[in-house]
Amino acid sequence: MSTHDYLRQRFFPHMWCPGCGHGTVLNSLLRAVEQLGMSKNEIVMASGIGCSSRISGYVDFHTLHTLHGRALAFATGVKLSKPELNVIVPMGDGDALAIGGNHFIHACRRNIDITAIVMNNRIYGMTGGQFSPMSGVGINATTAPFSNIDREFDVVKMATAAGATFVARSTTFHAQQATDLIKQAILHEGFSVVEILSQCPTHFGRKNKLGAAADMMQHYKDITVPIGSSKKKDNPDLIERGIFVQEEAPEYCREYDKIIEQAMKG
Amino acid sequence: MAKKKKLKQHHIDRDWCKGCGICVHFCPKNVLELDEMDKVFAARPEDCIACKLCEIRCPDLAIEIETEEGGS
Ligand code: SF4
Ligand code: SF4
Ligand code: SF4
Repeated sequence: MSTHDYLRQRFFPHMWCPGCGHGTVLNSLLRAVEQLGMSKNEIVMASGIGCSSRISGYVDFHTLHTLHGRALAFATGVKLSKPELNVIVPMGDGDALAIGGNHFIHACRRNIDITAIVMNNRIYGMTGGQFSPMSGVGINATTAPFSNIDREFDVVKMATAAGATFVARSTTFHAQQATDLIKQAILHEGFSVVEILSQCPTHFGRKNKLGAAADMMQHYKDITVPIGSSKKKDNPDLIERGIFVQEEAPEYCREYDKIIEQAMKG
Repeated sequence: MAKKKKLKQHHIDRDWCKGCGICVHFCPKNVLELDEMDKVFAARPEDCIACKLCEIRCPDLAIEIETEEGGS
C-alpha cells in the first residue's frame, strides 16, 4: 500500500495552516504504518480536541474524535474491549498535559498497550495562541503578552516518572527518525509515548518571531542532539532525541485477562 | 547495500500544496522552487538525487518522488 491509501483523500487539502508541523507528523505516522504493513482495519485512532486532534479525521482507520484531554480514556475503553487492535492516540501538548494531564499520567502508570503521540507545538493553536504547560518561561502568547512566567513540563521526564514503558522524542525536522520511533512505539507492548516537536508557524512562530515554518524546523535541528551526545555536556540546554525508556512490564489488558480467568473459575 | 535509486518523476499535487516552502528550503540539491501561484515545481529535476527529503517532510503530503525501478 502507498501512504496515500491510508488517507481519507476526500478531506484534502487538510485544514492545517501552510507549514504546520502536524502535517509532517501525519506524514511520519503514515510511513510508520505503511512500513509495518498494517491494514487499516487493525488500527484505531482516538483523538481529543485541538489542531493536532484533527488528524483523526484524515486517516482511514477506525477513528474517534472525542473530548478535550480525554482521548486516552476513550482509547483505554477501546483497547480493553478489543485488545487485538492497535490503538494510537495523537494529542496536542495542551490536550495531553493540561486538560488531559491526569488521564495521561494514569495511562502511563497502568501500562496499557496504547501508542500516545504528543505533537508538541507549545501553544494552543486552534483557539488563537494561548500558552500551554509546554510553552515555558519567556515565551510570548496571546495570554502572556509580556512573556510567560510558567515553567514547562518535560513530557519525557513526566511519562518516565509516571511509568510509561516506552518513551521517545523526535521533531518534524527529523521526520525519518520520527517514523522509526513511531514504528517501535506501535510494536512495543505497553504504554508508549512519542513526543514530536512540531511547529505552529501561525501562532507560536509569529508571536515569538521565529520566522517561517522551514526556519522553525531548522531550529529543531539546532537545539536538539541524539541522546548521549557529548555536545550536551557543553550546552545543557540542548534537547535530546531518541529512545529514553524501553522496558518490559506487565501489560494492563493481559493482567485483566488473568483476573477474568480467575473470576471464571469461581 | 541497496542500489541508489534514480529519479523518474516528481509527482506534485497542486491542489494539496500550500506553498510553505519546506521542501524548497531543505532540498540538498536546490531542485525545487515555488511558482507565481506559490505552488512547488521541480525547476532542476536533473539535479535531483531522489533522497525523498522533500516527500517525507511535506506537511501536506503533496509531493512524491517516483524512482526508476518503479519503487517509490
Ligand atoms: S494554528 Fe498552528 S497548530 Fe493550528 S493548524 Fe495553524 S499552524 Fe498548525
Ligand atoms: S513542503 Fe509540501 S506543501 Fe510545502 S511547498 Fe513543498 S510540496 Fe508544497
Ligand atoms: S528527492 Fe531530494 S534532491 Fe530530489 S527534489 Fe526531493 S529533496 Fe530535492
